[in-house]
Amino acid sequence: MVHWTAEEKQLISSVWSRVSVEQCGGEALARLLIVYPWTQRFFESFGNLSSPTAILGNPKVRAHGKKVLTSFGEAIKNLDNLKATYTRLSELHCDKLHVDPENFRV
Amino acid sequence: MLSAEEKILLQQVREKLKSHEEEIGSAALERMFITYPQTKTYFPHFDLSHGSAQIKGHGKKVADALANAIQSVDNLSQSLSALSDLHAYNLRVDPVNFKARGGWGCSRGAETRLALQLLSQCLQVVLASTFGKEFTPEVHAAFDKFLSGVAAVLAEKYR
Repeated sequence: MVHWTAEEKQLISSVWSRVSVEQCGGEALARLLIVYPWTQRFFESFGNLSSPTAILGNPKVRAHGKKVLTSFGEAIKNLDNLKATYTRLSELHCDKLHVDPENFRV
Repeated sequence: MLSAEEKILLQQVREKLKSHEEEIGSAALERMFITYPQTKTYFPHFDLSHGSAQIKGHGKKVADALANAIQSVDNLSQSLSALSDLHAYNLRVDPVNFKARGGWGCSRGAETRLALQLLSQCLQVVLASTFGKEFTPEVHAAFDKFLSGVAAVLAEKYR
């Protein structure tokens, strides 16, 4: 388990307070799908992912990106209890979505 | 393989690199040392404090080498051959890691590839923060692809 110093938690919270979850979430997920196109295989139900423009404009991508970053926000509020906070999501990604944890790295 | 459009986008990146060599290179290295402290083990002979002349000098070298590599992107294996030997040889003789693992070859190659991936991440962060909106997803994708190619060539002499 990772442990953060008080200073690190401060830095994380203060950066996060400036993040627009809706805008960044959509763009971050879009960039994932554009820069690492093989990740599109997890999002086949999202419709048109045929070009960077399509991906950036895709409403399902935006909505899901927002969901992901909202979840990050929860994690940031619960850094001391991250494992419990993310238990359900961990099971989902492993047991239902079958995502190789290699995809979670940097 | 890079498409024609991707090569054009890389030329844009190259212009940025050439105009801010020391700034970009040293910022990327510093971020890497701070965010991924294990990478410091590759530079036991460097002064790694903020703003050190060695980081600036090395940063400039890295940015310059990348800018040159973009010019010969169709032939990275050949154009980076000397750097590939240099990285393979230098990184192998780091005494700290050599003693701990007793080894060369495969695991060192894997570590090097990982370290280069971390540097690639840091380079992208620096480009994004310096150039904001200009670092579009398309530019990001092209640059990431290019950096993967460079890392693969630099680590290839291990096998």
